[in-house]
Amino acid sequence: MAEFLIETIGLPGWLAWTTVAGVSAFLILNLIAGGALVFIWAERKIAARIQDRLGPTRTGGRFGWLQSLADGIKLLAKEDLMPDGADGLLFRIAPYVSFCASFCAFIALPFAFDVVGLRLNVGVFFVVAVLGLEVFGVILAGYASASKWSLFGAMREAAQVVSYEVPLGMCVVVPVMLAGSMDLVTIGEKQAGWFTNWFIFHDPFTFVIFWVYYTCAVASVNRAPFDLAEAESELVAGFHTEYSGLRWSFFFMAEYGSMFLVSVLAAVLFLGGWNGPVPVASLLGWSDGTAVTAPYAVRLVGCANLMGKATLGVLVMMWIRWTLPRLRIDQVMTTCLKYCTPIAALMFAGVMLWQLFLPGGLLPGSRSQAAAVREAWLEGEADGAPVPEASVGFVPAAGRQVVGVSR
Amino acid sequence: MTECLFSAMLAQLPLAAVDWHGLFFLLFAAIACGAAVMVVLTDNVVRMALHLVLSLGATAGLFFLAGSEFVGAMQLMIYVGGTLVLLVFGVMLTAQTQLVALKTPAGDKVLAGILGAALFAVLVQSAVSIEAWRRPGLAEVAAPTATPLGMALVGVRVDAGDSESDRRPPSGYLLPFEIVSVHLLVVLVGAAYLARAKRRRTPRTVELVASVESSQPSRVDAGASESASSVLVETGR
Repeated sequence: MAEFLIETIGLPGWLAWTTVAGVSAFLILNLIAGGALVFIWAERKIAARIQDRLGPTRTGGRFGWLQSLADGIKLLAKEDLMPDGADGLLFRIAPYVSFCASFCAFIALPFAFDVVGLRLNVGVFFVVAVLGLEVFGVILAGYASASKWSLFGAMREAAQVVSYEVPLGMCVVVPVMLAGSMDLVTIGEKQAGWFTNWFIFHDPFTFVIFWVYYTCAVASVNRAPFDLAEAESELVAGFHTEYSGLRWSFFFMAEYGSMFLVSVLAAVLFLGGWNGPVPVASLLGWSDGTAVTAPYAVRLVGCANLMGKATLGVLVMMWIRWTLPRLRIDQVMTTCLKYCTPIAALMFAGVMLWQLFLPGGLLPGSRSQAAAVREAWLEGEADGAPVPEASVGFVPAAGRQVVGVSR
Repeated sequence: MTECLFSAMLAQLPLAAVDWHGLFFLLFAAIACGAAVMVVLTDNVVRMALHLVLSLGATAGLFFLAGSEFVGAMQLMIYVGGTLVLLVFGVMLTAQTQLVALKTPAGDKVLAGILGAALFAVLVQSAVSIEAWRRPGLAEVAAPTATPLGMALVGVRVDAGDSESDRRPPSGYLLPFEIVSVHLLVVLVGAAYLARAKRRRTPRTVELVASVESSQPSRVDAGASESASSVLVETGR
């Protein structure tokens, strides 16, 4: 897009890049804020229905669809309190640390082919790394509040982090291994075509590991049954007991932003990303199968696809929250360390063996792309020549230039 | 036509002449150095941790600015994420009164100053003495991806020169990688052993402690760190 601005309109480089960065940041910010509004309303309605209530019904006419907005205005007008003994600086910046971490991770997240704030060739790694920083805001808030409830919440959060991060990392590695790239755009593109190409249906091991990922993702965004840091029936409100008004709402924007983020990541890594279950575009002949030449309408549909999948993921998280009771801290650690980690490790080994011995899948003729990659790799090695990057299935430098031209 | 005029006007602005790369480099470097100094000067342990996060994060920003996204993400993941969560965790678990407000003795300050100055001198000397680093603005090289590094880690050097000229093909980093892994494993086992040797507990006790923590949080006010750490210790075993 920046190239487009520079070449067609003739803007100077710095202005073009600043414009593009500004537009991307604006879109992402609105996605997080608007998404939080919609999801909070949805959560109230879903919770109500699960508990045989009606939920908000009046604000904004039918269905109470303006309820979140009304809540937002109330939060803006609320008095902002800080406890006497609190560490002022840390207390003030903690919500922003949480929110910024969630926001930064969105930068590297693709929403359709090449619709991405910043295409990093280590996209998965970046998102997981930045997502881990969100915890720091929670711990700071718990420490700085000078309240035992908050400190308890922070301690639990810290204990939880060390338990879920290991299996989460292992699960994320599997699609990276299948795609042969850490670039999220490439990983999504490798799953193009019919829904059988999605990594969740790649083999039985990936099917299992998707659910392990989802469990760890729920733990990483502090949702019930892993909401020990909040635990409103035990710790008042956990780490945000002392918060009110706008700062409190920043914590919630971060939480709902992260929920959406891990769901988008799940969709890109396992559920085919922006590719629909049926390759409508290529069946109709709008696209020749390679997304580089796909028209913008196809990308828009892909964006809607991904949003739909991610929203489904978030809705399932809500369903889980209002169904399962909260785990104790030792149960959380047992779940993550004693069950999720060994399962993830076993499945990881299983996927590896599957790639070695059954690269074509069980059905004859359905040769997967991974098999093609491996064969290209073996051929290259047999020749004794250093394997060019393009044939190994990684994103080559040339591929990037093609993308640039298409914009 | 108007567009051209517009862009021509923009080109006249002094902003276009600014070296944005250098500016951001200075910004990140200033944040990194300033936060690092604040780590030393602050008394409060948790604030030190915050400043350390800021410093390490700005260093990650420098890596991103240099186009090495892999190292930058690594920096975020390992140093900023992992180490800091563990640091905060450890600090808050072990924080007694003398740790919350740290006072450095004067002798330590002198010693630390000498050590720091010596290290700084070594770093500056080595940075200046390398010929290739003196010229600012090296020629534009093709940005390498993380791929060659990953391949080299499993023993295949795709980035090295053509193998015909060399007698022996360049070796990868598989052996160092494995040695480091074994080292880390030894450290993990050692840490688990050390943490476990302090007190004897049956698993039943741990369950009791955990249930006390979750059912009666007010009672554990003073012993919060105690119970949480024992849970961790048992799981670590």
